[in-house]
Amino acid sequence: MSPEPYLGEVSRTPVRHHILSVLVENKAGVLARIAGLFARRGFNIYSLAVAPAESHARFSRVTIVVDAESAPLEQIVGQLDKLVNVVAINDLAPRDAVERELLLATLPLGDEHRSAMLDTITKAGASIVDVGPTSVTVMLAGTPGACDELERALEDFAEVELHRTGRVALPRLG
Amino acid sequence: MQLTGAQALIRSLEQEGVDTIFGLPGGAILPVYDPLLDSSIRHILVRHEQGAGHMAEGYALATGRPGVAMVTSGPGATNIVTPIGNAHMDSTPLVVITGQVATASIGTDAFQECDITGITMGITKHNFLVQSAQEIPRAVAAAFHLATTGRPGPVLIDVPKDVTQSMMDWWYPASIEEYDLPGYRPEIPLDQEAVERAVALIAESERPVLYVGGGTLKSRASQELLAFAERTGMPVVTTLMARGAFPDSHEQHLGMPGMHGMYTAVTAIQKSDLLISLGARFDDRVTGKIPAFAAGAKVIHVDIDKAEFNKVRHADVAIQSNVAAALVAFDAAQATPRNLDVWWKAINDWRDQYPLVYDEPTADGPLRPQHVIEAIAAKAAPGTIVASGVGQHQMWASQHWKFEEPGTWINSGGAGTMGFGVPAAIGAKVGRPERTVWCIDGDGCFQMTAQELTTARSEGIPIKVAILNNAYLGMVRQWQEMFYEERYSEVYLSADLPDYVKWAEAMGCVGLRARTLKEMHEVIDEANTINDVPVVIDFRTDAEEKVFPMVAAGASNDDIIVHPLQRGERR
Ligand SMILES: Cc1ncc(C[n+]2csc(CCOP(=O)(O)OP(=O)(O)O)c2C)c(N)n1
Ligand SMILES: [Mg+2]
Repeated sequence: MSPEPYLGEVSRTPVRHHILSVLVENKAGVLARIAGLFARRGFNIYSLAVAPAESHARFSRVTIVVDAESAPLEQIVGQLDKLVNVVAINDLAPRDAVERELLLATLPLGDEHRSAMLDTITKAGASIVDVGPTSVTVMLAGTPGACDELERALEDFAEVELHRTGRVALPRLG
Repeated sequence: MQLTGAQALIRSLEQEGVDTIFGLPGGAILPVYDPLLDSSIRHILVRHEQGAGHMAEGYALATGRPGVAMVTSGPGATNIVTPIGNAHMDSTPLVVITGQVATASIGTDAFQECDITGITMGITKHNFLVQSAQEIPRAVAAAFHLATTGRPGPVLIDVPKDVTQSMMDWWYPASIEEYDLPGYRPEIPLDQEAVERAVALIAESERPVLYVGGGTLKSRASQELLAFAERTGMPVVTTLMARGAFPDSHEQHLGMPGMHGMYTAVTAIQKSDLLISLGARFDDRVTGKIPAFAAGAKVIHVDIDKAEFNKVRHADVAIQSNVAAALVAFDAAQATPRNLDVWWKAINDWRDQYPLVYDEPTADGPLRPQHVIEAIAAKAAPGTIVASGVGQHQMWASQHWKFEEPGTWINSGGAGTMGFGVPAAIGAKVGRPERTVWCIDGDGCFQMTAQELTTARSEGIPIKVAILNNAYLGMVRQWQEMFYEERYSEVYLSADLPDYVKWAEAMGCVGLRARTLKEMHEVIDEANTINDVPVVIDFRTDAEEKVFPMVAAGASNDDIIVHPLQRGERR
């Protein structure tokens, strides 16, 4: 049985989300197979992150945050498992997982909001990774909740360009 | 030993024991057709690639062995998409080989290029785009393994032209480990604890029904089913996909459930307290309105595919297994329900009250389609294989033919593909040449794939085709009559255009026609004497005839509509 979905308190993540850490063969078209499956079965993907897995060139790890309201998790896992290129599925309830995400944002540093903005960045624990004549790029690696919060705080300022990676996760140890 | 990729492909198919390929050549697959000339494999040259796919399906359904089809790239590949989708819906093992443009041209919109692996991703169990000649044996071995194990299905191998033209060192995978399928585990050990819970549910049951689906045929579990059913005395229903899995002549068999199922089969399910689903998937054509389906029943769901559990109906006990192994485990645990006398009394009352009926045939016609099917069946050799198209005639064939053994009913269930019948019958006859093969077809269906009778004639495949010619897309007409106030929209076909007798003759077949009862018997007798060429019979049937019983789409199975002859007597 899969654990109970977590009722999250953050606004940007679906209320009942679930994390699937999926080990797949590193072959052409695997991502299309996963995306196609979700599309044709009406399962919603909230975020998706892909990278080569561990030290194996043979496998990749796909971390999918699924909306557990769009379909029963058992169905999503069962159908995903039937994809021949899917090697293993680790199904993580948010409360049993350590989740992290990376946020990058470029902010104009006009005089007007300069101090408020720097204040927001410092409070969020973000660091400045690039500096231009009129703007800076900041980075936050943190919980999805922390990224949501920074994103929300930056909404107050104009002309912010913001990208998020989608989360990765590992099982909680204790 | 050095071989071309094309030679390696043919040799790999030989390794897999392939005796027949259904196909049609073209540019991208040309290299493979050359070594085919030197192979023992029989190639059947179809007139349209859809025919190749359905023939491969008919072959697979009749023999239990995977069907193989080979076509060229682009339009050749897209023409076989319908059979691939059909096989996917019905879990039929197929291996389809498509030519592809040369590797360097892929992605350039080259002549007859199409992304067939992309197109068929959602309707194959798996597909491969082979990258080098050296990889061909692995792809073929893996394709057959995937197509035939676990929940069977179609697998497509797309082979670029440069791959079949280049050289390789011959090898063949010696074991499954070499197939490179790290994510594929079709069989898991039987969950004994789940078996025990199932046995406990059975022990409490007073009104059980064995709900037998296509998975029972796929796992060749007919013997185990017979043993289990007879030991426990439980009633059996067989879905459209499972006809033949349990003998129709058996006292415990209530027939087909579902939209056009037997009254007794539908009602027994509705009133049951335990449904034992054996390789069935609670298809909407069986369940009708889902919340009203067998509302008082607990469910034991046996399936090889765990994604079927709780997809449509909650399973009180889910057992991931092939059907045969689960039945053996139930028997080993001596699973036994309570005394079923009261249950059988109710069932037999339904049987007496609502047998399958149809209006009395009249001597001068038009013929009753149900009567035509029964007349063919009465004169057919035992073990005759029946294929059908999709529509009213299909439902009547399933209702009125008596199936006694697996592999004798060749049908398009999940997809409902018109045009399936003729090519599927041809494929079945190729796979089981010693059997008589009848195709019970509709006039609409026949017109979709009839050209394959030219293939049948030229390849010496003597099937018999009974067209139940009601001059209509009859099933659609039935819905328009019943649910659209008899507003008939685009369903009339004409009984005389085309002239089916002349068309049959033009394709080198014997063409016959029957309008009266006398002619009906004569043409069936005549068809039974012809065993060298295909025979086509144009039976002129009543356009107004409808399929009953019927559960309207989305209605509860409790609201089953019986034949007009039986109305008014309902309690
Ligand atoms: C390829 C395809 N197109 C359309 C349909 C929808 N359809 C289902 S039954 C039917 C009528 C079939 O007519 P016919 O073959 O004459 O059989 P009848 O119902 O008259 O026995 C149609 C159009 C279908 N199932 N398949
Ligand atoms: Mg018709």
